Amino acid sequence: MPVTEQSGVPASVTRRKLYVGMIYGLWSLMTAVLSIPAAIYLLIPPRLRKMPEWAEAGDVSKLEPRVPVEMVFRQNRVDGWKIESEKTPAWVVKLGDSQVVAYGPQCTHLGCAYHWDDNRSYFLCPCHTSVFSVDGAVVSGPAPRPLDRYETKVENGKLLLGPLHSSKEKV
Amino acid sequence: MSWLDHRTGIETAIRNFLYEEIPSSSGWHQVFGSIAVFLFLVQAFTGALLAFNYAPTPGDAYNSLRYILTEVTGGRLIRGLHHWGASMLIVVVVLHMTQVFLYGAYKKPREATWMVGVILLVLTMAYGLTGYLLPWDNRAYWGTVVATQIASHIPLAGAYLSRLLGGDNAVGVVTFARFYGLHVLLLPPATGLLIAAHVYLVRKHGVAPAPGDEVKSRKKFYPGQAFKDTAAIFAAFVVLFAMAAAVRVPLDRLADPTDATYIPRPDWYFLFLFQTLKFFDGPLAVVGSLILPSLAVLALLLVPFLDRGQVLRVTRRTVAIGVVALALLGWTSLTVAAIVTTPTPDNTVAIDFSAPTDWIGLSPQELAGIGYFRREHCASCHSLDGKPEAPSGPGPDLANVPVKKSAAWMMEHFKHPAAMVPGSSMPAIQLSDAQLNTLAAFLLKLTPHNAGALANAPDFAVGAALLYQTKNCGSCHQINGVGMKIGPPLNGLARRRTKTWVVRHFANPEALSPGSFMPPYRFSERETDDLIAYLFTLPD
Repeated sequence: MPVTEQSGVPASVTRRKLYVGMIYGLWSLMTAVLSIPAAIYLLIPPRLRKMPEWAEAGDVSKLEPRVPVEMVFRQNRVDGWKIESEKTPAWVVKLGDSQVVAYGPQCTHLGCAYHWDDNRSYFLCPCHTSVFSVDGAVVSGPAPRPLDRYETKVENGKLLLGPLHSSKEKV
Repeated sequence: MSWLDHRTGIETAIRNFLYEEIPSSSGWHQVFGSIAVFLFLVQAFTGALLAFNYAPTPGDAYNSLRYILTEVTGGRLIRGLHHWGASMLIVVVVLHMTQVFLYGAYKKPREATWMVGVILLVLTMAYGLTGYLLPWDNRAYWGTVVATQIASHIPLAGAYLSRLLGGDNAVGVVTFARFYGLHVLLLPPATGLLIAAHVYLVRKHGVAPAPGDEVKSRKKFYPGQAFKDTAAIFAAFVVLFAMAAAVRVPLDRLADPTDATYIPRPDWYFLFLFQTLKFFDGPLAVVGSLILPSLAVLALLLVPFLDRGQVLRVTRRTVAIGVVALALLGWTSLTVAAIVTTPTPDNTVAIDFSAPTDWIGLSPQELAGIGYFRREHCASCHSLDGKPEAPSGPGPDLANVPVKKSAAWMMEHFKHPAAMVPGSSMPAIQLSDAQLNTLAAFLLKLTPHNAGALANAPDFAVGAALLYQTKNCGSCHQINGVGMKIGPPLNGLARRRTKTWVVRHFANPEALSPGSFMPPYRFSERETDDLIAYLFTLPD
């Protein structure tokens, strides 16, 4: 007489439970083993191929204080399996005697291209009317943070631009 | 009845599906169809994942696949699953078919089920044929050139078929687009529909019973047979996953239509067809390329009409067993014959292009510098990964030193570390001045950009470069623009010479190049192998 029958459970019921358990268990395992690498494949950023480099934007020795100038420079950008050499604008302004800052070309709200308005002396975004002052701070509008800034250094009067950083501070 | 079932009927449908009644003889021999469906789903899933990082045009296809393999995390595993999954699907589909054939499960009224199955087999092979081109490496390119040429030689239809496949005797962008379109747009829905029809027919007629089943009580598919199917699927999955993780799928170099020496071969499951072609020459070629394969497919389709006898126990189906044994024997001998008759090319070396290959552009001096760097275990104290945020060993990260030192400074530092850097605990390096020079030259050129090449350079190339430096080959020869041009530059050697020629040339240059004043060299076997492999990998 089978042991299981003594405990009141017929052998066929025990076997059925084992089957069902195995079916659920194995399918869950296989789903996990397939979906975890898939998530990693899609979500983990690919290994960085190239370190960011300094790009020359132009001559800053003749800049007038607090008058932004749009400078276009050539930059290598890693784009998936390609490295694109592309023209990128930056708004460059001399804030102090030795301080030159370069703003990224996109509004911090939703990425529209903004421009400098000479008459009002503000950066204006045409999309949702964000307004930034000459030092990049938000004056009005929906922009959540000041204009993004490139890392900069000046060598022999030439402005070199590094990676773009967004300001952490909130308005 | 639940809310959901009341509105959609989904639970009832699943219950009806799972509690199907099957013959009492059903068991482990009937798991292959389920495995095939599972593998098809894995192919669809991994194929979609690959497509998310893949550019389906020649050139870009190769670069994006290399991006998947060398830069995307887990990309190698996903491609491995798709590649080995394809091979496994062929195996499982054939096993499924063999089982059905041996048991005579195609007999009345199940003829249509069998015929849909034959079409599914042909579709599975069509995936293999079209997918073979998609890596756009030399293997893919030349394999497809041959396949499309075969199609174009078919009488009457050949010209149209060739145009349908996207080129008048040339494999190019249009062929690629057609193959990709077939592979991802046309074949998957066709397969899905046919699988649905196939399963519907199985359900309509019920799982084929064996003799004697009529007197036994029927059982339910769930959970007994469902468990057997699941366990078999799991076993197949374990094998597939292990292969994808452990067996590297090779990638050849970028497709090169000017390569006159490439020996094209199809994937293993087409080798028997490839070998069959060889038996028929000239006007008979059509027998091997069209008539025999068509007859084979026709014969398979007609199986249920050729064998209309009573269903017998599998052990008594001697003719069927004989047919399977003969087919297996024929397939094996053709495949083996195709493998053993494949010549080994004398001017190429197998380089794995699925790994980073930036080291190929380095000069021999830089590669030798890597050799000394490795030999002296510099990396145990100095990191080189060019990542400022990564934790470094006791020594500074040599790819990111703020101020580059001069070569003279380095030479002194190598010999008397503490004299140049007070308090340094670095041991003096025991190498000759020439070797230290090489090391210094390498370190001078090190930037965060090229530091990656250091880790990627394979041992054979580093070993060859060390030898190249020791023997001063660079005083007569040029590699990657570095060295003298007294002797011929060595880039592109693979196009000009065979491996045998170069090996003989080492031993006696004068005999092969009259007037040459290159001294003879005696290298060990290992040294010869390394040098040959290195020289034949140099870019043109």
